Amino acid sequence: MRSLVYVFTSALALAAAHPAMAEGKLTVYTYESFTSEWGPGPQVEKAFEAECGCDLEFVSVADGVALLSRVKLEGASTKADIVLGLDTNLTAEAKATGLFAPHGAASNDVKVPGDWKDDIFVPYDYGYFAVVYDTEKLKNPPKSLKELVEGNPEEKIAIQDPRTSTPGLGLLLWVKSVYGDKAPEAWAKLKGRVLTVTPGWSEAYGLFTKGEAPMVLSYTTSPAYHMVAENTERYQAAPFEEGHYVQIEVAGITTTGAKNPLAEKFMAFMTGPGFQDVVPETNWMLPAGKTDKPLNPAFDKLVKPAKTLLFSADEVAANRKAWVDEWLGVMSK
Amino acid sequence: MTTTGEAVRLDRVVFSYADTMVRFDVTFDEGKVTAIMGPSGAGKSTLLNLVAGFEQPREGRILVGGKDVTGSDPSSRPVSMVFQENNLFGHLDVAKNVGLGRSPALRLTAADRSDVDDALARVGLGGMANRLPRELSGGERQRVALARVLVRDRPVLLLDEPFASLGPALRDDMLELLMSVQAERGMTVLFVTHQPEDARKVAENMVFVEAGTISANGKTTDFFGDSGPEAFRRYIGSERG
Amino acid sequence: MQLSRRDPRIAAGILALAAIGILIGGAFLGLGVEAWRNPEGAYAAFDSYLFRVARFTLWQALLSTLLSVAPAILVARALSRHPEFPGRQLILRLFAVPLALPAIVAALGILSLYGRAGYFAGALGGLSGGSWPGIYGLSGILVAHVFFNLPLATRLLLEALQTVPGDQWRLASQLGMGARASFRLIEWPAMRAALPGIAGLVFMLCVTSFTIVLTLGGGPAATTLEVAIYQALRFDFDPARAVSLTLLQIALTAVVVLALMRLGANTAGEANLSVTRRSFISARPVEKSFNAAIILIALAFVGGPMIATVASGLEADLARLAGEASVRRATFTSIVLASLSATLACALSLSLVMARRALAVSRGAGEASLLERFTDTGAGFVLVVPPVVVGAGWFVLVRQSIDVFALAPFMVIAVNAVMAMPFAVRAIRPAHDAAAERHERICAQLGIGGWNRLRLIDWPVLRRPLATAFAFAMALSLGDLGVIALFGSDAVQTLPYLLLSRMGSYRTADAAGLALLLGLLCLALTMIADRLGKERPR
Repeated sequence: MRSLVYVFTSALALAAAHPAMAEGKLTVYTYESFTSEWGPGPQVEKAFEAECGCDLEFVSVADGVALLSRVKLEGASTKADIVLGLDTNLTAEAKATGLFAPHGAASNDVKVPGDWKDDIFVPYDYGYFAVVYDTEKLKNPPKSLKELVEGNPEEKIAIQDPRTSTPGLGLLLWVKSVYGDKAPEAWAKLKGRVLTVTPGWSEAYGLFTKGEAPMVLSYTTSPAYHMVAENTERYQAAPFEEGHYVQIEVAGITTTGAKNPLAEKFMAFMTGPGFQDVVPETNWMLPAGKTDKPLNPAFDKLVKPAKTLLFSADEVAANRKAWVDEWLGVMSK
Repeated sequence: MTTTGEAVRLDRVVFSYADTMVRFDVTFDEGKVTAIMGPSGAGKSTLLNLVAGFEQPREGRILVGGKDVTGSDPSSRPVSMVFQENNLFGHLDVAKNVGLGRSPALRLTAADRSDVDDALARVGLGGMANRLPRELSGGERQRVALARVLVRDRPVLLLDEPFASLGPALRDDMLELLMSVQAERGMTVLFVTHQPEDARKVAENMVFVEAGTISANGKTTDFFGDSGPEAFRRYIGSERG
Repeated sequence: MQLSRRDPRIAAGILALAAIGILIGGAFLGLGVEAWRNPEGAYAAFDSYLFRVARFTLWQALLSTLLSVAPAILVARALSRHPEFPGRQLILRLFAVPLALPAIVAALGILSLYGRAGYFAGALGGLSGGSWPGIYGLSGILVAHVFFNLPLATRLLLEALQTVPGDQWRLASQLGMGARASFRLIEWPAMRAALPGIAGLVFMLCVTSFTIVLTLGGGPAATTLEVAIYQALRFDFDPARAVSLTLLQIALTAVVVLALMRLGANTAGEANLSVTRRSFISARPVEKSFNAAIILIALAFVGGPMIATVASGLEADLARLAGEASVRRATFTSIVLASLSATLACALSLSLVMARRALAVSRGAGEASLLERFTDTGAGFVLVVPPVVVGAGWFVLVRQSIDVFALAPFMVIAVNAVMAMPFAVRAIRPAHDAAAERHERICAQLGIGGWNRLRLIDWPVLRRPLATAFAFAMALSLGDLGVIALFGSDAVQTLPYLLLSRMGSYRTADAAGLALLLGLLCLALTMIADRLGKERPR
């Protein structure tokens, strides 16, 4: 047993002992896919450490929701200087904790759809939700949310559960923003087309690529992955006339981080090319700030929504539970 | 290793289990073989279990050699017991099964090992030390159990129908062996059996257990004589059927 | 039979219960303190929707249990009557693999066969007239649960059957007992003693099913309490609600499991020294082909989705995957964590099994004490405490005092060990109790107790069932992830973790390759465990 304890402690020590580059350390909490080997994390870390001559440490939890829970649990004693990876549906709740401090002028360089602005949180990337379809299975993809709702129930779509997943909540808000009070009726119709409601994005996307459903709820950027990494144009996003609901991912400085000068520095770095160049082909989202390199041509082929749909963070916070219950009421009949 | 028997006394013992209740108040003479007979379910095995410590009396005391052993562990009582079945551990060889009688941790000195060999030779199993129980016949397995009794060297021996599953010739051999061992060691032996001939052959004394209590107690010869207890005669009769 | 009251076996059992109690109790304490500040969620949880969820949870779990356990009786019996069946050993090893597969991998494997685009979609569509709608809905949930639990129940029932002494088989064939008579007189009594426990286990696994129910259920009408608990903790962070839902889940499960216990009498069969080598069971040709058919059908059902998983795994770039440092690291971490949890699970289970036996013996015919009940069915209820609850509870409890990262690997080991314990108990108990029945008096008489008894008497008899228990515990630990959702730590990047994270970033082929790797790893570990469990050749 002792030797195994040793294995663990040494593994932990290795994980913790980043090249001790003197001059301060910055701790950033984020979600796992950000820090995974093909995510933006490794490149961002290298670039920022070279720039600041400091030690950047990422701490990752399962996803954006777990991120907020974790910060809430740690309270004012949190080790995080920066929390990176919340989305605009979570910012109201995050603000309410009082654990975040206003940023400087970092968001000046940032441009996201709907001109989303905030004195505490700074966007670093965004993506539009979209129905992605298999061109080999579906010849006439829906051209609007209305067509999706009213279309042939034999042509199925895999969606996610708004209770457990971000895209699931995204679709719920999308339908709400288009149909308003008529949303329950729309869901009642769409229900017949839903193959199944999965707990997370991975399961639904897995069913889609397996050929179980010709459509899946994902992002406009999804086809870019298939074009860049797999060199295929088989999977495409369907542009919807009513517009697309947007997901904006943001970062904020905690009250702990407000005392660390590196935090402001990182926020400035985050909105600049050193970070933004990495985002598209690692996080498969659209950059919110300035890039140096042109985007991969595949990104030019992506759907560019005619209209951006977005509820304010406060509206979402105030109504999420009621809207999810409404959805449940229709869908579980 | 010369055992001398010790008297076994059940002093107004009351024991109950589920719906059955037994009462025993009896003394077994030291150094003697006492046969315990009686119909099935009368409480013969319970009597042995009480002496061995597998069961605890609700009331009364159990004394061995005048010492109160009520409540003490089965292994700390001056008692060995041989059952009808399951005396041996199937995965341990003969020598180890016997050696357990000397050390429950099976840490045997050279002297212990030679005692084990002697005991095996004594019961006629010399050279079988490395066999597994499944390689032995039923009679041989009971001989192993007897060898362990020798190695354990306790003043009281309880036998719960140990030869019931053996054939007549084999049973006679075993009884011979038992008698000669008993003559050497002078153990007090309590011998539960269903066979009147067995009792006649080896037991000087006899008790008859009926409906959870001892209904007759005396010399074996008296039991089989004309003035034997009525219940016993009925029992023999029904046994002979 | 009255034996020593100071039995070290009972002490070991109390110690094991205490360890489990601390793990679960600590989690509830952590969440309870948090819930205290904001208790209204506890009442708000109970509405009509919850009632429907609870009803569906129990209904699907009951059906899944029935459909898993009833066929398992036939399969276990067939396997036990044909020790020479070709590939029997391999079949038994394969039966440990489903437990190690993450739910989504199994779901995709099943859909490869029975889904809308599955291999059988054409044939099934032809049968049903029109295009095959897939197995989404209750049927899909049931198929997946049977896929997981039929092999489990089969192996555990087989373990119970193997306690039947060889003499009885010989007797049966000598008396000319046919298949039906020997089932009724020998096999059924042996299985019946173990059945309530096994059914209870399967039931609990199905109650807590999460990914399977959502993915294959077709919509939120198919939702389990576990989903609601997960939602309460992860999305709403409402500990009060999570705690009250967990307590509800435990209470409902307890009602059903206790009813199951009542249905099957927990009879301990008469066990004699097995002096003969396991002897040939004579089966007539008709029965032989029937049994072979049963085994083959079960194998096809369990093996089908596995083959599909292997097929899609082979399409991945396996050579590249195997060369990746992160894959090697994750494999190593998985092996270390799984072996440690399996070892701990076996130690806990053995302590509980020994204590239960000692307590049952010392009480004689009286009522079982609370302690005995806890060492028996009681401890099994840990299965319905969601790992996410244990993880979150401990996180809340220790975050102020300890570096939570340092704790993560120990949490994973402890939680997986405790969750695997009920399985290990089922695997160990029949053999242990049968051996104890034979050895109890002679051990008491000779004063063989404590360490000596474990070393000389119990260990040789328990090697094989312990190996089964170890293999199962390891398979379970290999597949599980729930506990560390909040912790996050580099020290616990296991294979399933890597698999899900590749799946979450479009790398479906990599994920399929890792699933294959995970299955092979599980198979290899099972084989090693089997080898260790073999009786030493003489």
